[in-house]
Amino acid sequence: MKKNIFSRRNFLKKGISAALTTALPLSAFKMLSPHEAKAAIEESNLRWAFLVDTNKCVGCGLCVKACKLENEIPYEVPVTRTWVERYVVTKDGKSHIDSPDGAREGFIKTEIQDENIDPKEISKAFFVPKLCNHCQNPACVQVCPVGATYQTSDGVVLVDRTWCFGCGYCIMACPYGARFFHPVHHTAEKCTFCYHRISKGMKPACVEACSFGARQLGNIKDPEDPVAKIILTQRVGVLKDEYGTKAHVFYLGLDERVR
Amino acid sequence: MKNHVLRPLWVAILLVIVILVARKLYVPDDFGVNGRNFTYGYHRKGSIDDWKSVKVKYQGRDYCKECHEDKFKENKASKHRIIQCENCHGPAENHPDNPEKLELNLSRELCLRCHTKLGYPGTHRSELPGIDPDKHNPGSACVECHNPHKPDLEG
Repeated sequence: MKKNIFSRRNFLKKGISAALTTALPLSAFKMLSPHEAKAAIEESNLRWAFLVDTNKCVGCGLCVKACKLENEIPYEVPVTRTWVERYVVTKDGKSHIDSPDGAREGFIKTEIQDENIDPKEISKAFFVPKLCNHCQNPACVQVCPVGATYQTSDGVVLVDRTWCFGCGYCIMACPYGARFFHPVHHTAEKCTFCYHRISKGMKPACVEACSFGARQLGNIKDPEDPVAKIILTQRVGVLKDEYGTKAHVFYLGLDERVR
Repeated sequence: MKNHVLRPLWVAILLVIVILVARKLYVPDDFGVNGRNFTYGYHRKGSIDDWKSVKVKYQGRDYCKECHEDKFKENKASKHRIIQCENCHGPAENHPDNPEKLELNLSRELCLRCHTKLGYPGTHRSELPGIDPDKHNPGSACVECHNPHKPDLEG
Protein backbone atom coordinates (compact mmCIF):
# COMPACT_ATOMS: atom_id res chain seq x y z
CA MET A 1 0.00 0.00 0.00
CA LYS A 2 1.24 3.44 -0.92
CA LYS A 3 2.26 5.58 2.03
CA ASN A 4 -0.10 8.49 2.70
CA ILE A 5 1.92 11.67 2.22
CA PHE A 6 -0.69 13.68 4.10
CA SER A 7 -0.03 11.93 7.36
CA ARG A 8 -0.36 13.87 10.62
CA ARG A 9 3.41 13.53 11.23
CA ASN A 10 4.24 15.01 7.84
CA PHE A 11 1.73 17.81 8.25
CA LEU A 12 3.18 18.86 11.64
CA LYS A 13 6.79 18.65 10.40
CA LYS A 14 6.14 20.80 7.34
CA GLY A 15 3.94 23.16 9.29
CA ILE A 16 6.57 23.87 11.93
CA SER A 17 9.38 24.37 9.43
CA ALA A 18 7.19 26.72 7.38
CA ALA A 19 6.34 28.74 10.50
CA LEU A 20 10.02 28.95 11.46
CA THR A 21 11.17 30.12 8.01
CA THR A 22 8.54 32.85 7.85
CA ALA A 23 9.20 33.99 11.41
CA LEU A 24 12.94 34.25 10.98
CA PRO A 25 13.71 37.67 9.50
CA LEU A 26 16.22 37.98 6.75
CA SER A 27 18.17 40.49 8.83
CA ALA A 28 19.20 37.68 11.16
CA PHE A 29 21.49 36.45 8.41
CA LYS A 30 23.10 39.86 7.90
CA MET A 31 26.85 39.54 7.72
CA LEU A 32 28.84 42.18 9.54
CA SER A 33 32.07 43.33 8.03
CA PRO A 34 35.04 43.12 10.44
CA HIS A 35 34.95 46.92 10.67
CA GLU A 36 31.26 46.93 11.63
CA ALA A 37 31.71 44.18 14.18
CA LYS A 38 34.64 46.02 15.74
CA ALA A 39 32.64 49.24 15.93
CA ALA A 40 29.74 47.42 17.61
CA ILE A 41 32.03 45.95 20.26
CA GLU A 42 33.86 49.22 20.85
CA GLU A 43 30.60 51.09 21.38
CA SER A 44 29.61 48.80 24.19
CA ASN A 45 32.95 49.43 25.88
CA LEU A 46 32.22 53.12 26.20
CA ARG A 47 30.11 54.82 28.84
CA TRP A 48 30.76 58.52 29.45
CA ALA A 49 30.76 59.73 33.03
CA PHE A 50 31.45 63.18 34.44
CA LEU A 51 33.44 64.01 37.54
CA VAL A 52 33.06 67.29 39.43
CA ASP A 53 35.55 68.11 42.17
CA THR A 54 33.74 70.78 44.19
CA ASN A 55 36.89 71.35 46.28
CA LYS A 56 38.63 72.78 43.22
CA CYS A 57 35.87 75.06 41.93
CA VAL A 58 36.48 78.79 42.47
CA GLY A 59 33.21 79.99 40.93
CA CYS A 60 34.74 81.84 37.95
CA GLY A 61 31.91 80.67 35.69
CA LEU A 62 34.18 80.37 32.64
CA CYS A 63 32.73 76.89 32.08
CA VAL A 64 29.25 78.39 31.74
CA LYS A 65 30.50 81.03 29.30
CA ALA A 66 32.36 78.44 27.21
CA CYS A 67 29.34 76.13 27.16
CA LYS A 68 26.98 78.87 26.02
CA LEU A 69 29.27 80.04 23.20
CA GLU A 70 30.25 76.54 22.09
CA ASN A 71 26.68 75.28 21.97
CA GLU A 72 25.02 78.47 20.68
CA ILE A 73 22.76 79.13 23.63
CA PRO A 74 21.91 82.86 23.30
CA TYR A 75 24.24 84.51 25.79
CA GLU A 76 21.94 87.18 27.23
CA VAL A 77 19.01 84.81 27.78
CA PRO A 78 19.10 83.41 31.34
CA VAL A 79 19.03 79.75 30.28
CA THR A 80 22.08 77.50 30.24
CA ARG A 81 23.07 73.86 29.86
CA THR A 82 25.44 74.04 32.80
CA TRP A 83 25.50 76.37 35.76
CA VAL A 84 27.38 76.93 39.01
CA GLU A 85 25.69 77.32 42.40
CA ARG A 86 27.17 79.11 45.40
CA TYR A 87 26.41 77.82 48.89
CA VAL A 88 27.25 79.95 51.90
CA VAL A 89 26.38 78.38 55.24
CA THR A 90 26.26 80.78 58.18
CA LYS A 91 26.88 79.90 61.80
CA ASP A 92 23.13 80.00 62.53
CA GLY A 93 22.82 76.95 60.25
CA LYS A 94 21.15 78.80 57.37
CA SER A 95 22.12 78.11 53.76
CA HIS A 96 22.40 81.05 51.39
CA ILE A 97 22.28 79.81 47.81
CA ASP A 98 22.50 81.70 44.52
CA SER A 99 23.45 81.28 40.89
CA PRO A 100 23.06 84.65 39.12
CA ASP A 101 22.18 83.89 35.46
CA GLY A 102 23.67 80.43 36.00
CA ALA A 103 26.97 82.15 36.95
CA ARG A 104 27.78 82.94 33.32
CA GLU A 105 29.69 85.98 34.66
CA GLY A 106 30.99 84.11 37.68
CA PHE A 107 30.64 85.30 41.27
CA ILE A 108 32.14 88.80 41.45
CA LYS A 109 30.09 90.12 44.38
CA THR A 110 29.98 89.07 48.01
CA GLU A 111 26.24 89.83 48.25
CA ILE A 112 23.96 86.82 47.85
CA GLN A 113 20.59 87.82 46.37
CA ASP A 114 21.13 91.40 47.62
CA GLU A 115 21.85 90.11 51.09
CA ASN A 116 25.08 91.13 52.80
CA ILE A 117 26.62 88.36 54.83
CA ASP A 118 29.17 89.17 57.52
CA PRO A 119 32.34 87.18 56.68
CA LYS A 120 32.73 86.38 60.37
CA GLU A 121 29.34 84.63 60.35
CA ILE A 122 30.30 82.20 57.55
CA SER A 123 30.96 78.67 58.76
CA LYS A 124 31.52 77.22 55.29
CA ALA A 125 31.11 78.14 51.65
CA PHE A 126 31.60 76.32 48.37
CA PHE A 127 30.68 76.24 44.69
CA VAL A 128 28.85 73.41 42.95
CA PRO A 129 28.93 73.13 39.15
CA LYS A 130 25.85 71.40 37.78
CA LEU A 131 24.85 69.93 34.43
CA CYS A 132 22.76 67.12 32.97
CA ASN A 133 23.51 63.91 34.87
CA HIS A 134 23.15 61.69 31.78
CA CYS A 135 21.30 59.17 33.95
CA GLN A 136 21.36 55.46 33.23
CA ASN A 137 17.56 55.56 33.75
CA PRO A 138 16.67 59.01 32.42
CA ALA A 139 13.15 60.06 33.44
CA CYS A 140 13.13 62.69 30.69
CA VAL A 141 13.51 60.02 28.00
CA GLN A 142 10.80 57.81 29.49
CA VAL A 143 8.18 60.55 29.26
CA CYS A 144 8.88 61.72 25.69
CA PRO A 145 5.71 60.87 23.74
CA VAL A 146 7.32 60.97 20.27
CA GLY A 147 10.82 59.51 20.61
CA ALA A 148 12.55 62.87 20.26
CA THR A 149 14.93 62.31 23.15
CA TYR A 150 16.97 59.19 23.69
CA GLN A 151 20.03 57.61 25.21
CA THR A 152 22.94 56.71 22.95
CA SER A 153 24.84 53.47 23.39
CA ASP A 154 27.63 55.40 25.14
CA GLY A 155 25.20 56.74 27.71
CA VAL A 156 24.66 60.31 26.49
CA VAL A 157 21.09 61.64 26.52
CA LEU A 158 20.34 63.70 23.40
CA VAL A 159 17.39 65.60 21.91
CA ASP A 160 16.40 65.32 18.25
CA ARG A 161 15.62 68.94 17.36
CA THR A 162 13.89 67.95 14.13
CA TRP A 163 11.51 65.65 15.99
CA CYS A 164 10.85 67.48 19.28
CA PHE A 165 7.65 69.52 19.14
CA GLY A 166 8.12 71.22 22.49
CA CYS A 167 5.51 69.62 24.74
CA GLY A 168 7.82 70.14 27.71
CA TYR A 169 7.15 66.81 29.47
CA CYS A 170 10.88 66.10 29.70
CA ILE A 171 11.55 69.51 31.23
CA MET A 172 9.01 68.70 33.95
CA ALA A 173 10.28 65.14 34.41
CA CYS A 174 13.96 65.94 34.98
CA PRO A 175 14.52 65.94 38.75
CA TYR A 176 17.68 68.04 38.31
CA GLY A 177 16.19 70.93 36.33
CA ALA A 178 18.79 70.35 33.65
CA ARG A 179 16.43 70.92 30.69
CA PHE A 180 14.94 74.09 29.26
CA PHE A 181 13.45 75.43 26.03
CA HIS A 182 15.93 76.62 23.46
CA PRO A 183 14.93 80.23 22.78
CA VAL A 184 15.76 79.96 19.06
CA HIS A 185 14.89 76.38 18.11
CA HIS A 186 11.84 76.19 20.42
CA THR A 187 12.68 72.61 21.33
CA ALA A 188 13.85 70.94 24.53
CA GLU A 189 17.52 71.69 25.16
CA LYS A 190 20.11 70.09 27.42
CA CYS A 191 23.76 69.31 27.94
CA THR A 192 25.12 66.80 25.39
CA PHE A 193 28.52 66.34 27.12
CA CYS A 194 29.55 68.26 23.94
CA TYR A 195 28.85 65.17 21.87
CA HIS A 196 30.40 66.81 18.78
CA ARG A 197 33.67 67.27 20.69
CA ILE A 198 33.92 64.00 22.64
CA SER A 199 33.15 61.95 19.53
CA LYS A 200 36.24 63.60 17.93
CA GLY A 201 38.46 62.84 20.93
CA MET A 202 38.25 66.39 22.32
CA LYS A 203 37.17 67.42 25.80
CA PRO A 204 33.80 69.07 26.44
CA ALA A 205 33.99 72.89 26.27
CA CYS A 206 33.35 73.31 30.02
CA VAL A 207 36.06 70.79 30.91
CA GLU A 208 38.57 72.54 28.67
CA ALA A 209 37.63 75.99 29.99
CA CYS A 210 38.08 74.98 33.64
CA SER A 211 41.49 76.18 34.77
CA PHE A 212 41.43 74.26 38.03
CA GLY A 213 40.49 70.75 36.90
CA ALA A 214 37.17 70.85 38.73
CA ARG A 215 35.38 69.31 35.77
CA GLN A 216 36.45 66.11 34.00
CA LEU A 217 34.95 63.58 31.64
CA GLY A 218 35.96 59.94 31.30
CA ASN A 219 34.94 56.48 30.17
CA ILE A 220 33.66 54.62 33.22
CA LYS A 221 33.95 51.26 31.43
CA ASP A 222 37.70 51.64 30.96
CA PRO A 223 39.50 50.80 34.23
CA GLU A 224 42.66 52.51 32.92
CA ASP A 225 40.88 55.82 32.35
CA PRO A 226 42.19 58.35 34.93
CA VAL A 227 38.73 59.75 35.58
CA ALA A 228 37.15 56.30 35.87
CA LYS A 229 39.89 55.38 38.37
CA ILE A 230 38.87 58.26 40.64
CA ILE A 231 35.16 57.42 40.37
CA LEU A 232 35.79 53.73 41.05
CA THR A 233 38.33 54.07 43.86
CA GLN A 234 37.42 57.25 45.71
CA ARG A 235 34.41 58.42 47.72
CA VAL A 236 32.12 60.05 45.21
CA GLY A 237 28.49 61.09 45.52
CA VAL A 238 25.67 61.69 43.06
CA LEU A 239 22.71 64.05 43.24
CA LYS A 240 19.25 62.72 44.15
CA ASP A 241 20.26 59.07 44.27
CA GLU A 242 16.88 58.27 45.88
CA TYR A 243 15.16 58.95 42.54
CA GLY A 244 16.72 55.80 41.08
CA THR A 245 17.93 57.66 37.99
CA LYS A 246 21.50 56.36 38.35
CA ALA A 247 23.11 59.71 37.66
CA HIS A 248 26.48 59.64 35.88
CA VAL A 249 27.80 62.97 37.10
CA PHE A 250 29.87 62.12 40.16
CA TYR A 251 30.88 64.63 42.82
CA LEU A 252 33.92 64.76 45.06
CA GLY A 253 33.35 66.77 48.24
CA LEU A 254 29.56 66.83 47.96
CA ASP A 255 27.82 68.53 50.89
CA GLU A 256 24.54 67.23 52.28
CA ARG A 257 22.98 70.64 51.61
CA VAL A 258 23.43 70.25 47.87
CA ARG A 259 20.28 68.88 46.22
CA MET B 1 -24.27 42.69 6.13
CA LYS B 2 -26.53 45.67 5.85
CA ASN B 3 -25.46 48.75 3.93
CA HIS B 4 -25.74 51.16 6.83
CA VAL B 5 -23.27 49.04 8.76
CA LEU B 6 -20.85 48.56 5.90
CA ARG B 7 -20.58 52.21 4.83
CA PRO B 8 -19.13 53.62 8.06
CA LEU B 9 -16.91 50.54 8.27
CA TRP B 10 -15.41 51.39 4.86
CA VAL B 11 -14.88 54.96 6.03
CA ALA B 12 -13.11 53.70 9.15
CA ILE B 13 -10.91 51.32 7.14
CA LEU B 14 -10.07 54.10 4.67
CA LEU B 15 -9.15 56.39 7.53
CA VAL B 16 -6.81 53.78 9.01
CA ILE B 17 -5.17 53.28 5.59
CA VAL B 18 -4.74 57.04 5.11
CA ILE B 19 -3.13 57.35 8.57
CA LEU B 20 -0.80 54.40 7.91
CA VAL B 21 0.27 55.79 4.52
CA ALA B 22 0.80 59.27 5.98
CA ARG B 23 2.84 57.77 8.82
CA LYS B 24 4.97 55.80 6.37
CA LEU B 25 5.67 58.96 4.35
CA TYR B 26 6.27 61.24 7.33
CA VAL B 27 8.36 59.07 9.67
CA PRO B 28 11.99 58.75 8.52
CA ASP B 29 13.18 55.26 7.58
CA ASP B 30 15.87 55.23 10.26
CA PHE B 31 13.33 55.76 13.03
CA GLY B 32 13.18 52.80 15.38
CA VAL B 33 14.74 51.14 18.39
CA ASN B 34 18.43 51.98 18.04
CA GLY B 35 19.78 51.93 21.55
CA ARG B 36 19.26 49.86 24.67
CA ASN B 37 15.54 49.21 24.31
CA PHE B 38 12.27 50.83 23.30
CA THR B 39 12.05 52.96 26.45
CA TYR B 40 15.44 54.63 26.06
CA GLY B 41 16.45 54.00 22.47
CA TYR B 42 13.40 54.75 20.31
CA HIS B 43 14.53 57.57 18.03
CA ARG B 44 15.73 58.69 14.63
CA LYS B 45 19.18 57.23 14.16
CA GLY B 46 20.40 60.14 12.05
CA SER B 47 19.99 62.43 15.03
CA ILE B 48 23.22 61.05 16.51
CA ASP B 49 25.12 62.16 13.38
CA ASP B 50 23.38 65.56 13.55
CA TRP B 51 24.88 66.07 17.00
CA LYS B 52 28.30 64.76 15.96
CA SER B 53 28.44 67.27 13.10
CA VAL B 54 27.93 70.34 15.31
CA LYS B 55 30.75 72.82 14.66
CA VAL B 56 33.59 72.95 17.19
CA LYS B 57 34.26 76.53 18.31
CA TYR B 58 36.71 76.25 21.20
CA GLN B 59 39.86 74.80 19.63
CA GLY B 60 42.14 74.62 22.67
CA ARG B 61 45.52 76.18 23.40
CA ASP B 62 47.48 73.87 21.11
CA TYR B 63 45.60 75.35 18.16
CA CYS B 64 46.67 78.87 19.22
CA LYS B 65 50.26 77.72 19.78
CA GLU B 66 50.70 76.85 16.09
CA CYS B 67 50.96 80.55 15.15
CA HIS B 68 51.30 82.44 18.44
CA GLU B 69 54.08 80.46 20.03
CA ASP B 70 55.72 83.56 21.56
CA LYS B 71 52.54 84.52 23.41
CA PHE B 72 51.94 80.91 24.34
CA LYS B 73 55.43 80.62 25.88
CA GLU B 74 55.07 83.94 27.65
CA ASN B 75 51.86 82.82 29.31
CA LYS B 76 53.23 79.35 29.96
CA ALA B 77 55.89 80.87 32.23
CA SER B 78 53.34 82.75 34.31
CA LYS B 79 50.85 81.82 37.01
CA HIS B 80 48.13 82.17 34.38
CA ARG B 81 49.46 79.13 32.53
CA ILE B 82 46.44 77.12 33.69
CA ILE B 83 44.04 79.43 31.83
CA GLN B 84 43.07 78.57 28.27
CA CYS B 85 43.78 81.31 25.71
CA GLU B 86 40.16 81.24 24.53
CA ASN B 87 38.78 82.03 27.98
CA CYS B 88 39.89 85.65 27.47
CA HIS B 89 40.40 85.85 23.71
CA GLY B 90 37.12 84.15 22.78
CA PRO B 91 36.51 80.96 20.79
CA ALA B 92 38.91 80.58 17.87
CA GLU B 93 36.42 78.79 15.57
CA ASN B 94 38.15 78.97 12.14
CA HIS B 95 40.50 81.82 12.98
CA PRO B 96 42.44 83.22 11.08
CA ASP B 97 39.98 82.65 8.19
CA ASN B 98 36.77 83.21 10.09
CA PRO B 99 36.80 85.23 12.27
CA GLU B 100 39.86 87.12 11.02
CA LYS B 101 40.33 88.82 14.38
CA LEU B 102 39.26 87.58 17.78
CA GLU B 103 37.54 89.93 20.18
CA LEU B 104 39.73 90.21 23.25
CA ASN B 105 37.90 90.73 26.51
CA LEU B 106 39.82 93.30 28.57
CA SER B 107 37.01 94.08 30.98
CA ARG B 108 37.47 94.35 34.71
CA GLU B 109 34.65 91.85 35.15
CA LEU B 110 36.65 89.12 33.42
CA CYS B 111 39.49 89.37 35.95
CA LEU B 112 37.05 89.69 38.84
CA ARG B 113 35.62 86.25 38.07
CA CYS B 114 38.61 84.86 39.99
CA HIS B 115 40.06 87.90 41.77
CA THR B 116 37.14 89.38 43.70
CA LYS B 117 37.92 88.68 47.33
CA LEU B 118 35.01 86.62 48.60
CA GLY B 119 36.77 85.25 51.66
CA TYR B 120 35.34 81.77 51.75
CA PRO B 121 37.69 79.78 53.99
CA GLY B 122 38.38 76.27 52.81
CA THR B 123 37.68 77.00 49.16
CA HIS B 124 40.33 77.24 46.48
CA ARG B 125 38.93 80.71 45.73
CA SER B 126 40.28 82.07 49.03
CA GLU B 127 43.80 80.99 47.98
CA LEU B 128 43.76 83.17 44.85
CA PRO B 129 44.94 86.79 45.11
CA GLY B 130 41.76 88.77 45.67
CA ILE B 131 40.71 92.42 45.79
CA ASP B 132 37.65 94.40 46.82
CA PRO B 133 36.48 95.79 43.44
CA ASP B 134 34.89 98.83 45.11
CA LYS B 135 38.16 99.88 46.76
CA HIS B 136 40.92 98.66 44.42
CA ASN B 137 41.17 101.37 41.69
CA PRO B 138 37.46 101.31 40.85
CA GLY B 139 36.64 102.25 37.27
CA SER B 140 40.05 101.55 35.75
CA ALA B 141 40.82 98.48 33.69
CA CYS B 142 43.05 95.87 35.34
CA VAL B 143 45.26 95.70 32.23
CA GLU B 144 46.39 99.32 32.79
CA CYS B 145 48.74 97.99 35.48
CA HIS B 146 48.71 94.18 35.21
CA ASN B 147 49.79 92.16 32.20
CA PRO B 148 47.50 89.11 32.00
CA HIS B 149 50.33 87.05 30.47
CA LYS B 150 52.74 88.09 33.25
CA PRO B 151 50.56 88.80 36.28
CA ASP B 152 53.54 88.59 38.63
CA LEU B 153 55.47 91.50 37.07
CA GLU B 154 53.50 94.49 38.19
CA GLY B 155 54.37 98.07 37.48
